[in-house]
Amino acid sequence: MNFGLTPEQEELQRSARRFLQAEWPPAAAHAVFAANHDGYPRELYGRMAQLGWMGVLAPREASGLGGSFLDAALLTEELGRAAVAGPYLANTLAVWALRQVGSGVAKHWLPLLASGQSIGTFAWFEGDSQTWPVALQTRLTLGRFGIRVHGVKRFVLDAHVADAMLVVGLVVSAGRRSTAVVVVPGSQQGIKIRTMDDVDRTRRIHEVEFDGVTVPRRSLIALGTSADRLLARVYDAAAVLLAADSLGGAQKLLEMTVEYAKVRQQFGRPIGSFQAIKHRCAEMVAQIEPARSLVWYAAHAIDALPRQAACAASLAKGHLSEVYVSVAESALRVHGGIGFTWEHDLHIWFKRAQWNRYAFGSPERHRERVAQELRW
Amino acid sequence: MDLTYSPEHEAFRRQLRAWLRKNLGSWRRGQERLDYDDPRRIERAKQWQRVLYEAGYVAMSWPKEYGGQGADPITQAIVDEELVRAQAPGLIGQMGIQMVGPTLIQFGTEEQKRRFLPKILTAEEIWCQGYSEPNAGSDLASLQTRAELVGDEFIVNGQKIWTSNAQFADWMFCLVRTDPKAPKHQGISYLLIDMKSPGIGVRPLVQMTGERGFNEVWFENVRVPRDQLVGELNQGWQVANATLLHERNMLGAATRTQELFAALVRLAKLTSQGGKSVIENPVVRQRLAALAMRVEAVRYHALRQLTDTVLGRPRGIAASVNKLVATELNHDIAACALDLLGSYATQSSQSKFALDHGKWIREFMFTLGMIIGGGTSEIQKNIIAERSLGLPREPRHLPREPRPETGQ
Repeated sequence: MNFGLTPEQEELQRSARRFLQAEWPPAAAHAVFAANHDGYPRELYGRMAQLGWMGVLAPREASGLGGSFLDAALLTEELGRAAVAGPYLANTLAVWALRQVGSGVAKHWLPLLASGQSIGTFAWFEGDSQTWPVALQTRLTLGRFGIRVHGVKRFVLDAHVADAMLVVGLVVSAGRRSTAVVVVPGSQQGIKIRTMDDVDRTRRIHEVEFDGVTVPRRSLIALGTSADRLLARVYDAAAVLLAADSLGGAQKLLEMTVEYAKVRQQFGRPIGSFQAIKHRCAEMVAQIEPARSLVWYAAHAIDALPRQAACAASLAKGHLSEVYVSVAESALRVHGGIGFTWEHDLHIWFKRAQWNRYAFGSPERHRERVAQELRW
Repeated sequence: MDLTYSPEHEAFRRQLRAWLRKNLGSWRRGQERLDYDDPRRIERAKQWQRVLYEAGYVAMSWPKEYGGQGADPITQAIVDEELVRAQAPGLIGQMGIQMVGPTLIQFGTEEQKRRFLPKILTAEEIWCQGYSEPNAGSDLASLQTRAELVGDEFIVNGQKIWTSNAQFADWMFCLVRTDPKAPKHQGISYLLIDMKSPGIGVRPLVQMTGERGFNEVWFENVRVPRDQLVGELNQGWQVANATLLHERNMLGAATRTQELFAALVRLAKLTSQGGKSVIENPVVRQRLAALAMRVEAVRYHALRQLTDTVLGRPRGIAASVNKLVATELNHDIAACALDLLGSYATQSSQSKFALDHGKWIREFMFTLGMIIGGGTSEIQKNIIAERSLGLPREPRHLPREPRPETGQ
């Protein structure tokens, strides 16, 4: 019985924090907001790849770190704390999916994604929102010469830089509809990418249209119940990683707010000496500290407690996205006018909190999922 | 991260469960309908603690020489979990076991430990807490109950209030002012007072729940032997704070929150509206799941602190966070139950129309009391903000300014 991090995990988190403080200061996030261009910070990602972060969840024989899911959550927490832009989340989910399947295509892409040579992403959700399961419109037609992909995906993370897209669609055969996942190279003819301009510019999301794109049959990595199981597992992974990102962001906002409350003077004293301010800050602590344990548990459950993993993931995602949004709002109220400006750091995290809240299922969706998992 | 228990701990848990299955029987909670301070209830509650003690399950982590078993914190946590899981009654001696006992282990003299600790465990001596006074609540260090050292005795005069269980307690751990000239935190001492001493008067106060839980206590020239001083003379504030820390952890126990939430879910499953269980209602599901997220966070947070305890790591202001988070959550759980009951929410426990024995309106009020007792939520927030976040303290002496004319 040991509910805590190993010394190695503590060191991983500490070194990630130091690294990102140096390599991705708030000025870097501001630059992303100012430019609003369609690339990603390749230099930073090159160094993250050297550290093995792009393949934290991939086995060592596939150029990965062979880390636990909790390791990935700790890194993601630090990326959330620093508000790092770019395809880390998208790539990590693709790595997570590919390591669950053993086919040749997966074996081809996994080391490329894990080493950071290529970037992977999921093309999963469609019109409505990012909940799962939903009825899919995208069709995968299995023909003699390959699989034809036809459909329009939305909320596709980092599609503009993706070398491999894991496309989720339906295979209809003899009246039976089965979920399937195929790997489509980003360079394939017939892919149209349109940016969905989000207020959170640390995230780049897109609408991606597959207009009769054809890939070889071996690109199919999961079909039917195995695809449903795979996607459930990826959905849980996404939920936990977003919870971890939210945890890191909330902690950053707390620290930013406390620092400001110590130096900002009104009525001849620091505003942090007023209970109206001090209590808001204490409430942030009271929200964040227990929530951290929930994130650790959910991450641990992904690896070690398969039967509890889905419930734990939804508990963590639902709760942490509420906590992050609430902490962000409190942070803004304590900062007052300065926090409402584009120049101040706060809006970067404020907007990331809003994005995290709805990505991969709103809190409402995760609460209902918890109810179902608990057989209520 | 390893959430499996060792074979020894697993075996211990099985043995404890088997014991509870065999022995809990009529002791199970909610069997009785006696008043809170009815002597028959108290006698029975003492018997239950005695039974549990003789089986070896009370305060197992205490040192062997004082009646404990020197058990590790995980074993103690297993006992806490299993007692709640089996719906065993709470222990009447809990303020002794969870508050003054650990304080004596830390600060008491060898004689004090040998004299008091074993009888706390057996429920032979029940303790109450003499902290609050009419003019010293959140500002506890303003307390005015005086104790003068005359020869080998303290002479105590003054008044305490909100003293839970004083009407049947045998002993009180009490804060008294021993140096009125010193700054207020530096003139306080921590005394152990025999409640049968001449000069002590106790008057029960009826709480809003209708129970006689707490009391007013008066001291008139009460003589307390000097060897019942805990810690140094005038250095009682430090000792008092150690007890407060234990109290916050007791009030912020995750097991209690889990138990209350489990009862809420049972209620939601059993309550029906329009022929359907309310747990099928999407609004109810949303509320329950939102609470479940907070309850589970508290539960895993407690496991994390257990590990910190095992590893001997400092827990910082965890006790204040526990107290704040758990008591507020308990109240929200009770409030949700009232909403599920609708018009039946306010039926008293005596009403034959009451649902779920009318327990939730009492729980709703009682949980609010726990937000106030042991240091209000607002006080806990001050502690978190000042001691953990390093925010500046409130100015202790506000500058005197001319009173503005209000024109009224």
